[in-house]
Amino acid sequence: MPESELPAGRVPAILRAARLGVVALAMTVPAIGTVLVAPVAAIAAEASTVSDRERARVVSIGTAVTEILYALDLQNRIIAVDTTSMHPPEALEQKPNVGYMRALSAEGVLALDPSMVLAEEGAGPPEVIGLLEAASVPFITVPSDPSPDGVADKIRMVARVMGREAAGDRLAAETATYFDELAAAREGLDDRLRVMFILSLQSGRVLASGAGTAAAGILALAGADNAVAGFEGYKPLSDEAILAAAPDVILVMNRGNHVLDADQVFGLPALSNTPAARTRALIRMDGAYLLGFGPRTPAAAVDLARALYPEHAWPETANGNRGNTD
Amino acid sequence: MVNSRVATTPLRRRTAAPGDRQHLAQLSIIVLFCVCIGTAVFSLSVGPVAIDGFAVLRNWLGGEGLDAVSRDAIVLFEIRMPRILLGLLVGGALAASGAMLQGLFRNPLADPGLIGVSAGAALAAVTVIVLGDRYFPWLRETLSIFALPTAAIIGGLLTTWALYRIATRHGQTSTATMLLAGIAIAALAGALSGILVYVSTDQQLRDLTFWSLGSLGGATWQKLIAAVPFVLPVFVLFPLIGRGLNAMLLGDSPATHMGVDVQVLKRLTIVSVACAVGASVAVSGVIGFVGIVVPHLLRLIIGPDNRFLIPACILLGGALLLIADNFARTIVTPAELPIGIVTALIGAPFFLWLLLRQKGLIDV
Repeated sequence: MPESELPAGRVPAILRAARLGVVALAMTVPAIGTVLVAPVAAIAAEASTVSDRERARVVSIGTAVTEILYALDLQNRIIAVDTTSMHPPEALEQKPNVGYMRALSAEGVLALDPSMVLAEEGAGPPEVIGLLEAASVPFITVPSDPSPDGVADKIRMVARVMGREAAGDRLAAETATYFDELAAAREGLDDRLRVMFILSLQSGRVLASGAGTAAAGILALAGADNAVAGFEGYKPLSDEAILAAAPDVILVMNRGNHVLDADQVFGLPALSNTPAARTRALIRMDGAYLLGFGPRTPAAAVDLARALYPEHAWPETANGNRGNTD
Repeated sequence: MVNSRVATTPLRRRTAAPGDRQHLAQLSIIVLFCVCIGTAVFSLSVGPVAIDGFAVLRNWLGGEGLDAVSRDAIVLFEIRMPRILLGLLVGGALAASGAMLQGLFRNPLADPGLIGVSAGAALAAVTVIVLGDRYFPWLRETLSIFALPTAAIIGGLLTTWALYRIATRHGQTSTATMLLAGIAIAALAGALSGILVYVSTDQQLRDLTFWSLGSLGGATWQKLIAAVPFVLPVFVLFPLIGRGLNAMLLGDSPATHMGVDVQVLKRLTIVSVACAVGASVAVSGVIGFVGIVVPHLLRLIIGPDNRFLIPACILLGGALLLIADNFARTIVTPAELPIGIVTALIGAPFFLWLLLRQKGLIDV
């Protein structure tokens, strides 16, 4: 429209003032922020320097960390857990839930007045970790390696942080013994089965586990070969890749969003032509039990091994058969 | 031919109520400014942690040191304040960009989220996250915290420009072509992101998930500082361009006759929208519906004059996003909802209501 139609009134002045206000606000406040951050910059959280006060109110993040804390009889120290802390069930039933381990909320966690956050590797996002540390809440990350040594290291580290070295060493040694017995039993296997772990089936797309995943780790422990070993992490597989992988057995989780049954799995064209489909070999196991890599992992591996090779002799584990394998 | 043009022509409304709308618009902007400040102050005082914000502020201003209230101070100054300012910035940028695009395309359906501008910006940001360190490390070295916003802005720029070129023939922008091209571009960006997901590491995958959800959760002063230089100048520029967009509502050639350099105006609009949307996407991911709900709501109240509509959008967009974020961070405490879920929950039904209320407004 023509400029002349618009009277130059007071509004532009108001607008200018408003804009100035916003600019001024946005420009000054970062200064405050930088001043504040400087003195509290990143308190390095080392397991060796944890004090008793810091062990009093722990937020436990990750399946294995929560399981280990319960196994060490330290559940009273836990003030909250994350959504992956599914074992024991009372953890999520009795404690506040801070959400998914990779999408934590800084203020949500701070609101619980924690003295420490004990988290499995992969928790985050990094900004939230930074904010928690800035608020003097030590954020201790427990490395997670899906192997027998990884489990023992995890147990020892959690125990050391919590000041329970002796109990931790006992638990780690006990777990290591089970792993050794399992390894000895594995020696007697002649033919190793090719197993494909399917994380989810979304609109017919198979999300399978490659090398370096917890699924690959548990398959190795149970004496099976990972049918898809060409890549790292969890990736979608093409139909041809599924045929080429030629799995003898399909392994899925029986908990969570995608509870799969044999009809769904073997109804897929690509999977219907695999050796697994011919024998309808589908194993379903509790996800946290199967992939948690905590104190229950030897038992989970034995359960899986037994489901794969029923004729073979497998060792008994003290805390076995808690994960109701189908 | 295109109903939408008639429905949003300012002259028609203006002759119906000369002057009234302007006064209403002026008043609305003052009211909205107060609403904005009020929402910001309110947001500062709510959250999972119960704190006496004013006590903290008093102690701090009185120089009594922050140690006594250290955790409260962190919550207030390091968590809530950057988050609130980022919310105001992003909400304002998205809402005003929506209004600008609607003016540029002379089409009420234009929204950075719907027509793929956000998707293009997100794709560029994803590219930097996944491939940046391997193939162009100099980008992060030279631009540091500004690398991501810069990439996202370039991505937004390319998509907006491509969209405009595809949808415009002989100065006429076709609604159907724009929407379909937008869908195609968003699909293409999604597919390319999918390829990147395939080559990404687990850590990068986590960063990527953030883009698809949209969140103010990771707000830090650093992110705010990275976005402010791109968004604030655009806030100043937008109302000035809006003046020209008013003329363009009548068509390109009438606008030219009124002395508006249409080509320069269009380029300015595309660049400034890309700046605002790209910087927003870079710091908060893709947040939908703000760009379409806010301008429409305001047009109902203060009319389509872009000189007032754009500043009002900046203010209301910021305030609404803050309110949505308050829900996101308090409703499932101590956990947090992605804000995209909240804006879609509020925005989608509102959008449907708009469609039902003004039947024939969007007649592709």
